[in-house]
Amino acid sequence: MSSAAATPVRTAPDPDSKRARTMVTPEGIAIPITIAARSSRLGALLLDLFILIGGLILIDTVIGAISSSLFGSAGQDSGAGALASQEFLNIVRIIFAFFAWYGYFLVQELGPRGATLGKRILGIRVAARGGGRLTPEAVIARNLLRDVEVFYPMIYLLVALILSLIGKAESGLLWAAVAWFLLFALFPCFNRDAMRAGDIVAGTFVVEAPRTKLAEAISTKGAAARDSASEITGARYEFGDAELGIYGERELKTLERMLREGNEEALAAVHATICRKIGWDPGAGDERAFLEAFYAQLRARLENNMRFGKRKADKFS
Amino acid sequence: MNSRGVLDTIGGSLGGIFARNAMDAPADIESAALRSDRFRLEREGDWRRLEGIIAAMERGGLRGVDDDDLLALPTLYRTAASSLAVARETSLDMATLQYLESLVQRAWFQVYGPRKGLFAWMREFLMGGWSRAVRALWLDICISLFVMVAGTIVGWLLVAQDTEWFYRLVGERMAGGRVPGASRESLEATLAVEETSSGLSTFAASLFSNNAGVAILAFALGFAFGIPSLLLLVHNLALLGAMMWVFADAGLAYEFGGWLSIHGTTELFAILLAGAAGLHIGRSMAFPGKDGVLDAAAAAGRRSAVVMLGVVIMMIIAALLEAFPRQLVDGANNRYLIGGIFLAFWLSYFFLFRIAEPGGEVQLSGSDA
Repeated sequence: MSSAAATPVRTAPDPDSKRARTMVTPEGIAIPITIAARSSRLGALLLDLFILIGGLILIDTVIGAISSSLFGSAGQDSGAGALASQEFLNIVRIIFAFFAWYGYFLVQELGPRGATLGKRILGIRVAARGGGRLTPEAVIARNLLRDVEVFYPMIYLLVALILSLIGKAESGLLWAAVAWFLLFALFPCFNRDAMRAGDIVAGTFVVEAPRTKLAEAISTKGAAARDSASEITGARYEFGDAELGIYGERELKTLERMLREGNEEALAAVHATICRKIGWDPGAGDERAFLEAFYAQLRARLENNMRFGKRKADKFS
Repeated sequence: MNSRGVLDTIGGSLGGIFARNAMDAPADIESAALRSDRFRLEREGDWRRLEGIIAAMERGGLRGVDDDDLLALPTLYRTAASSLAVARETSLDMATLQYLESLVQRAWFQVYGPRKGLFAWMREFLMGGWSRAVRALWLDICISLFVMVAGTIVGWLLVAQDTEWFYRLVGERMAGGRVPGASRESLEATLAVEETSSGLSTFAASLFSNNAGVAILAFALGFAFGIPSLLLLVHNLALLGAMMWVFADAGLAYEFGGWLSIHGTTELFAILLAGAAGLHIGRSMAFPGKDGVLDAAAAAGRRSAVVMLGVVIMMIIAALLEAFPRQLVDGANNRYLIGGIFLAFWLSYFFLFRIAEPGGEVQLSGSDA
């Protein structure tokens, strides 16, 4: 599902993609956003659960170790005092677990990044549907619902499974648990915006939050900056209108991506293809300069036409 | 995408350190052949400055941003947004377009991010937001109250008719000796105070966890048009009605009422609110009115979430009351007194404590629906 995003240069939200949306800000600026893939959301949830449960177990073990080392050395004679401290520790554990469970999601999603650790790692975040402000009550609502969607069915399923393993199962219970679990687990698959039940109640959705760095412009360096002259051979690559006219914006985009990736074999293949198309004799060893010059000139031509309202989407148009 | 995402996250935190160095990018504007490249080079400085501010805000709110940058933020945001609009029409440089789209999106999330921190919000919540949200749910509270009273009566009548019902409703384990036909003495013993307070605090903590779980369930099940919430209320209150009958049958109605009221006024009130919050969502989804279902559900969900946060707080108080005063304070009159004080407190907090809603966009009760 996210195969397009796997390329090193993160692709822009493809307007044709099913997950592309446009959010209109209060100032009337249209911002393209991409709904997070369901697979990344599942991954983020698993990561969060792993971090949360792992952290809780770790802290619980530490508390247990501290208390046993404290009271183990004191022996049995301290009686009531040890009992009271033990009890205090138990309360701390229960309350800590409760606040960790709700606090982990609440505090992080209310933070400036609007994402838990798992979501941040997968590059997604929570946003208010319809371009409004993400409010605390929305975050609270979507996280309270998480219990019914994930936590209770998981426990329920676990109990039903254990019961069935020891042979005490009512198969009805197991099937009810499975149905409950599937109902909410598959919920995001049945709406366009991949919302889970909590998102609907809170008026939120989860979107991709790309953090793109500004890459250098290819047209201001290399052969393009040297007036289309090659560094190696000194030859100048000049293309005519007819030669540049065979390609459109989609091919330009692909060429840019390949130049940034810099895979020599792929560049050679592209070089050969272009030469064949425009009827040049493909040499070897100077592919990069050729392609950089071709890129700069094709872009210049397409952008020039753009200003006159003529756009060429791809080589077929 | 995933491994890159990890690197980005790590790089994001480091990025801010280098962001300022990156600002003096080569600005050899005149030598650029393409108009779109000149456009980009002229504005790149502003974009990078905005990126630096946004990165600082993402790391630690407004603390890491100095005043000049903060003043420039709205202008820089609009510049970047208009750059994006221009670039879409004039530039075919994918690097620029993707960068601007990501930058404007990030800036937008910061400019329109949560305006208040959790603590400022909590203060507003306690000072009027909570009671306002409760009052907004008045109809659902009335319905839930009716359902709860009806559930209690049903439980009572069922057991009065046939004591077998008691076992079906309550279950042997939970009853713990409080069964129909038990002697007055044994029933009285279950209402008595504990000898010591040890063990009670753990009891309180687990009670809280358990009761808050039930309340959250009642809320979340409202998603299915509110019907499961109501069923949950009926079930829990039928249980109570059955228990009441057992004690009333043994002539202990007054004592049982005291034992129950000490924490019950708070806990049952909380369950009432949780059920009402769930019902509110369900009702707004079943009858969305002139808005779409999704909009109506979202508005109701936000209103109810405020109530639910309050329910959790009430559950903490109820658990403390259940563990300590209930087990330590003897005498039905004292117990009634404590329970009555709490009931009066909640009622006046929710329905008499009216503070005008603060102006501006921050609306706890979500009355923008």
